[in-house]
Amino acid sequence: MDLLGINPVLLIASLMVSATPILLAAIGETVVEKSGVLNLGVEGMMIVGAVVGFITAVNTENPAIGFVTAAIAGALLSTIFATLVLYLKSNQVATGLGLTLVGLGISALLGKPYEGIKSPTLQSLDIPILSDIPIFGRMLFSHDAMVYVSILIVGLVWYTLKYTRVGLVLRAVGENHDAAHALGYKVIRIRFLAIMFGGACSGLGGAYISLVRVPQWTEGMTAGAGWIALAIVVFASWKPWRTLIGAYLFGGITVLQLNLQAAGVAIPVEYLSMSPFLITIAVLVIISARGNQGAPASLGRPFHASN
Amino acid sequence: MIHFEKRLNPSRITTVVTPIIAVILTMIAGGIMFAALGKPPLEAIRIIFWDPLFDPNFASYSRPQLLVKAGPLILIAIGLSIGFKAGIWNIGAEGQYILGAVFGAAVALAAYPADSVLLFPAMVVAGAFGGWLWAMIPAILRTKFNTNEILVSLMLVYVAESILASVAQGLLKNPEGYGFPGSRNLQQYPSAFNAEVIANSGMHWGVISAFIAVIFAYVMMTRHIRGFEVRLMGEAPKAARFSGVSTTRLVVFCLGISGALAGLAGMFEVSGPSGQITIDFNSGYGFTAIIVAFLGRLHPIGILLAGLLMALTYIGGELAQLMLGLPGASIQLFQGMLLLFLLATDIFTNYRIRIGGSN
Repeated sequence: MDLLGINPVLLIASLMVSATPILLAAIGETVVEKSGVLNLGVEGMMIVGAVVGFITAVNTENPAIGFVTAAIAGALLSTIFATLVLYLKSNQVATGLGLTLVGLGISALLGKPYEGIKSPTLQSLDIPILSDIPIFGRMLFSHDAMVYVSILIVGLVWYTLKYTRVGLVLRAVGENHDAAHALGYKVIRIRFLAIMFGGACSGLGGAYISLVRVPQWTEGMTAGAGWIALAIVVFASWKPWRTLIGAYLFGGITVLQLNLQAAGVAIPVEYLSMSPFLITIAVLVIISARGNQGAPASLGRPFHASN
Repeated sequence: MIHFEKRLNPSRITTVVTPIIAVILTMIAGGIMFAALGKPPLEAIRIIFWDPLFDPNFASYSRPQLLVKAGPLILIAIGLSIGFKAGIWNIGAEGQYILGAVFGAAVALAAYPADSVLLFPAMVVAGAFGGWLWAMIPAILRTKFNTNEILVSLMLVYVAESILASVAQGLLKNPEGYGFPGSRNLQQYPSAFNAEVIANSGMHWGVISAFIAVIFAYVMMTRHIRGFEVRLMGEAPKAARFSGVSTTRLVVFCLGISGALAGLAGMFEVSGPSGQITIDFNSGYGFTAIIVAFLGRLHPIGILLAGLLMALTYIGGELAQLMLGLPGASIQLFQGMLLLFLLATDIFTNYRIRIGGSN
C-alpha cells in the first residue's frame, strides 16, 4: 500500500477530466428539467454521442469534428423523446427509459467494427502565463479545450436562465405550463428546443468519454454516467453552478477510488468501485430530506393544451 | 388541422389493438434496419418470429427455451406493473434479481452438500427475501426522506453488480474450481437444483411461479381492495390520500412485492438454467421486464403474452445471430424500438383524434 503515491495535484487535475462528461450531461439535463420535462434517456444519448463522436473522429482524424457530430447525434436522438413526450403525450419516465435502451442498442451496433481502435484525442491546451503558475498552473490551466468549454457552457446556462428573457420564459414554462400557455408562450416548442439542447450536451459528454477519458470504444462504456448526471441535477437543486460542484465532487470520488485501487489499499476493488454510487445515494438522501428545493413545479407533468 | 381530444375513459379496443400495431411497426422498422445491415429483412423477421416455434429443425430446442426465457420476464414484469400502476417507479429490478440469486445460492452453498427436501423451499424464501431487502432500500428512503426511488433503485443496480462480482470471486467461489471465479454448479447439486418439472418442456419452478403470479396479480388488481388502492393512487393521488390510502404503506408494498418477485426470478435462474453465480450472471432481464410490463399494458394477462413475445425475440435473435450473422445488439435495439413504438401509439388509447377546426 502506497498512499503517499497519490499526488494531490494530479488528483485534482484528473478529477476535472473525470467530471467533465457528467458535468456536460448534467448541465444539459438541468435546462431540460427547468423547462418541466424529465428526460431519463441521458445515458442513451451519452452513449450514442460517444460512439458517433468516436467514429467520426477516427475517420476524419479530427476530434473536434467528433465532438460536433456527437452533439448533433445526441440532439437528433433526443428529438425522438421530444416527439413522443410532447406531441404524442407519452409517459416521460417510460419514454426516457426506452430512449436509453434504444441508445445502448444503436451504439453497440454502430461501434462493433470500431472496437480496439485508438481514437485521435484532444491536445491539452497550456493556457499562456496561467499554466506557468507553480502547482496551480498544472492543476487547473493545462487541460484540453473541452474542460473549459464545459465550464463555459455552465456559465452561459446560468446567465441565460437568470438574466435573459429566453431564460425567464423557459423557467415560466417549467413552473406552470398552463399559465405560460395562457400568456401565449409556445410551451411545446420551448420544451422541444430545451430537450434538444439537453441531447446535444449529453452527446458532448459521451464523446468526451470515448475521445478523451478512455480514448477507445467499448460497448456500454458510459457505465451509468448518465444516471449519475441525473442525480447531480437533483443534488444541485437545479442550479447551474451547483452542478459544477456536484460533478467535481463526484469526479473527485471516482478518481480517488481509482487511485486507492492503484495504491493497493486493503479494501476489495468491488467495494471501491461501488462507492461512487453509494455516495450519490447518500447525497440524494440528504438533499431530499431537506425537501428538494428548487424543483420546477411542472416537472414531469404532461401538458395538453385544451383550447 | 389535426388535434387531440382527451378521452374520458381509455378506449378498450385500442388498449388491445395498439400493442399489436406497435409490434407490426417494430417489425417494419426492424426490417429496414436489417436491410441497412445488409441482411435479408423478410428472412430475418421470419427467423426471429416464426422459426423458433415452427421450424422442425429448431422447434424442439427452442420451444422449451421460450418458457425458460419468459418465466423470469413475466415474474419480474408482474411485480413492476403493480408499482407502475400506482406511479411508483422501481427500475432497479435488475439489482433485485441479482440479490435474489446471490441470497438463494448462498443458502444452497452454505448447506453444501445437504440432502434435504427443505433446502429448495429455503432457497425460495431466501431469494425472495434478498430481492425484497434490496427493494426496501429505495422504499425506505422514499418514505422517510422523499428520495426519488427511480434514481436510488437504478444506482443500486450498479452496486448489486459489484456485489455479484465480489461474491463470485470470493465468498461464493467454488473451492474446487481451480481458482476460476464462479460458484459451484447448482445443476450438479440435486437438492438445490431447480429441475424441469416436466422433462424437456422448459417448465421449471420459476415458470410455474410466474403463472401463479399472473393469477395472483389478476385477482388482486380486479377483486381486492389493495388493487383498487393501487389504481386509485396512480390515477388520482389526491383522491387516494383523502380516502385514507396510506402512501407510505403503498410504496413499501409495491416496491416490496416487485423486489421479492425479481429476487425469486433471480433465484430460480441461478438454481436452474444458469446453474452458478458468475461475474456476468445477470443478463438484463430486469430491464427487459420493463418493456414487458408496458407491452402488456400493465395488465397481468397482457404481461403473460408480452413475456412470451419478448422471450421469442431473445430466442429468435440468437437464431438470427447464428443463421444470418446478425449482431446481438440489433435485437436489443429491436426491443427498445418496440417500447418506443408502443408508447407512441399510446395516444390513441387516451386521446381521440379530431380532424378539422377546434370547436
